[in-house]
Amino acid sequence: MTTAAVPAVAVAGPRRRSAGLLTVLTWIIGIVFFFPVLWMVITAFKHEADAYTDPPSLIFTPTLEQFRALFDAGAWPYFLNSLFATTVSTLLVLALAVPAAYALAIRPVKKTQDVLFFFISTKMLPVVAVIVPIYVIAGRIGALDNVWTLVVLYTAMNLPIAVWMMRSFLQEIPAEVLEAAAMDGASLRQTLLRVMLPMVAPGLAATALICVIFAWNEFFFAVNLTASQAATVPLFLVGFMTSEGLYWAQLAAAATLASLPVVLAGWVAQKQLVRGLSMGAIK
Amino acid sequence: MSTDVATTAVPPRPAVPAREPVRSARREGWRRRAPLLPALVFAILVTQIPFLVTLWYSLNSWNLVRPGSERFVGLSNYADVFADRVFRQAALNTIVITAGCVIVAMLLGVALALLLDRRFVGRSVVRTLIITPFLIMPVAGALVWKTTMLDPLFGIVNFVLSPFGAGDYDWTSSAPLISVIAALVWQWTPFMALLVLAGLQSQGRDVLEAAQVDGAGAARTFRSITLPHLRRYIELGVLLGAIYVVNTFDQIYIMTQGGPGTASSNLPFYIYQRAFLGFDVGQAAAMGVVVVIGTVVIATLALRLLFRSFVQEDR
Repeated sequence: MTTAAVPAVAVAGPRRRSAGLLTVLTWIIGIVFFFPVLWMVITAFKHEADAYTDPPSLIFTPTLEQFRALFDAGAWPYFLNSLFATTVSTLLVLALAVPAAYALAIRPVKKTQDVLFFFISTKMLPVVAVIVPIYVIAGRIGALDNVWTLVVLYTAMNLPIAVWMMRSFLQEIPAEVLEAAAMDGASLRQTLLRVMLPMVAPGLAATALICVIFAWNEFFFAVNLTASQAATVPLFLVGFMTSEGLYWAQLAAAATLASLPVVLAGWVAQKQLVRGLSMGAIK
Repeated sequence: MSTDVATTAVPPRPAVPAREPVRSARREGWRRRAPLLPALVFAILVTQIPFLVTLWYSLNSWNLVRPGSERFVGLSNYADVFADRVFRQAALNTIVITAGCVIVAMLLGVALALLLDRRFVGRSVVRTLIITPFLIMPVAGALVWKTTMLDPLFGIVNFVLSPFGAGDYDWTSSAPLISVIAALVWQWTPFMALLVLAGLQSQGRDVLEAAQVDGAGAARTFRSITLPHLRRYIELGVLLGAIYVVNTFDQIYIMTQGGPGTASSNLPFYIYQRAFLGFDVGQAAAMGVVVVIGTVVIATLALRLLFRSFVQEDR
C-alpha cells in the first residue's frame, strides 16, 4: 500500500485495520445486494416442496426438473420471439443510428443541437402517452400480436440512446486521421469501413449491448400489444402469476433463464455499461 | 423540418434562425443531412405522430367496447381527470415512488461507490455482484421480490426480521409503496453506484495528493474536493434515473397491481388500467397528455444538464 495509488478514503499505515473493516463491509453489502439473485438461482434447482419451508432451507437435493418442465410448458416460442425482437430491433437501431451519428459528429449539420435535443426528447416522452394510439392504430392495420410491431417500437425506444452514444464515440476519432485518409484519396466507403469502423468497434459493441438490455427486458409494450403469437419472455414469466404462491421453484427457474442472457452480457461488458447508461456522457 | 421537432421539450437556448442558406452551399448541406434523415423520419413517425393522435383522442369521448361512441367533447376529459381522486392519488404516488427510489438509490450508490473506489481483495467480484440487480429482467426481479423475498409466510425478509419480532407481516399488501420502492431501489442502486464510481475514478490524483500534502483529512478532502467534483455525476444519475423511474410499470403490475385498492397505483399503471381494462380512450389519452406536460418540466432540466456535460467536453 503506497500512497501514490491510494484514493482519498484509505490512508496507509496505522489505519490498516479500519481498511480491513471497510473491505469486510463492502463484501457484506455486495452479498446482500446479490442475495435475491442468488436465492432465485438456488430456488430454481429445488423441488417445489423444498421451495416452501419455514425457515428457508439451504439443504436440499438439487434437481434440473424445473428447467425441463419449463420447456415442456412451452417456453420456446417466448424465447424465440424475444430473441427475434431484440436482435432485429438492435440491428435496425444501429443501421439508423450510425449514419445519423456520423452526420452529427464528423460533419456537423446546422442545428446539430436541435436534432440531438429532439432525439433525446423522444426518449423522455412517457410511453403511456403514446400507447393508446399505438394500440388503436396497430389494431386497425392488423399489427396487434405481431412481433414486427415490437421490433418497430423497440427500435424507436433505443434509437435516441444509440444516436447519442455513437456520436460520442465517433467524436473521439481525431480529425487528423480522417484528413489523412482524405489526403490518401480514400473514398467515403473506404474511410468508413477501413478507418472508422475499426476505431469505433468497441463503441458499436457497447451501443448494441445497451439496446439488447432494454429490448430484452421490455414489458410494457409487450403486455399491451401481444397475446399468444408474439408474446415475449417477460409475458412467459407473468404467466406464473395466476398460480403464484404454488410454483416458486418453477417460477425461479423461469426467472433465472429469462435473466441469464442479459446478466452474462452485462458482466462481460461492465466497462461499456457505464458509458452506455449515461448515454455516452461518462467515459 | 427541424424547427418544429422538439414538441416534447423546450430547447435550452434559442434556435439558430431557420433559413439562411447560401445557395451554393445548399447541395453540400443536403449531402451532409442525408445520413441523418432516415433516423429522424423514423423517430418522428413512431413517436411524434402517435403523440399528436393522443392529443386528438384526449379531446374526444370514446370507449373502445362501444363502437361508434366517438365524439368530440373538447376539454371535458381534462376536467374529469383533474376531478378524479384516483388520478390525483396516482400522481402523488408517482412522485413518492420516483423521489423515494431516486434519493435512496443515490445515497446508497454514493456510499457503495466510495467503498468500491478502494483497492481490496476481490474488488471486481464485488462490483460484479453489485451491478447484477440492474441487469436482472425487471419482471423477473419483481416476481422474486414478491414471492421468495416478501412472502409473509415463506419469504426471506420476514425470516431475517423474525428475531426482531416481525412475524408474518404481509409486505405487499400492508406496505405496498414501500415494497415497490424497495424493489426499485434494489434495481437502481447499481446504476447510481456505477455513475458515481466513474466520477470518483475520473478525479485528478494530483489534486488529492496536494490536499494530503496540505494536511487535509479524509473528511475535509471529501467535502471540499470530491463532493464538488461528483456533483455533475450525481445530478446526471438523479435525472436519468428519474426519467426511467417515473415510467415504472413492471414492478407495480407484478407486485401489487396498484393495490390494495389504488394505494400503490402510479400514473403509468392507472393509465394502463383506464385504457386496457376500462377501454376509456379519451380519459387515458388526457391523462397521458398531463403526464407529458409534467415530464417536460423534469426533462428540460435533465436536457440542460446533459447538454452541459456533453458540450463542455466536446468543445
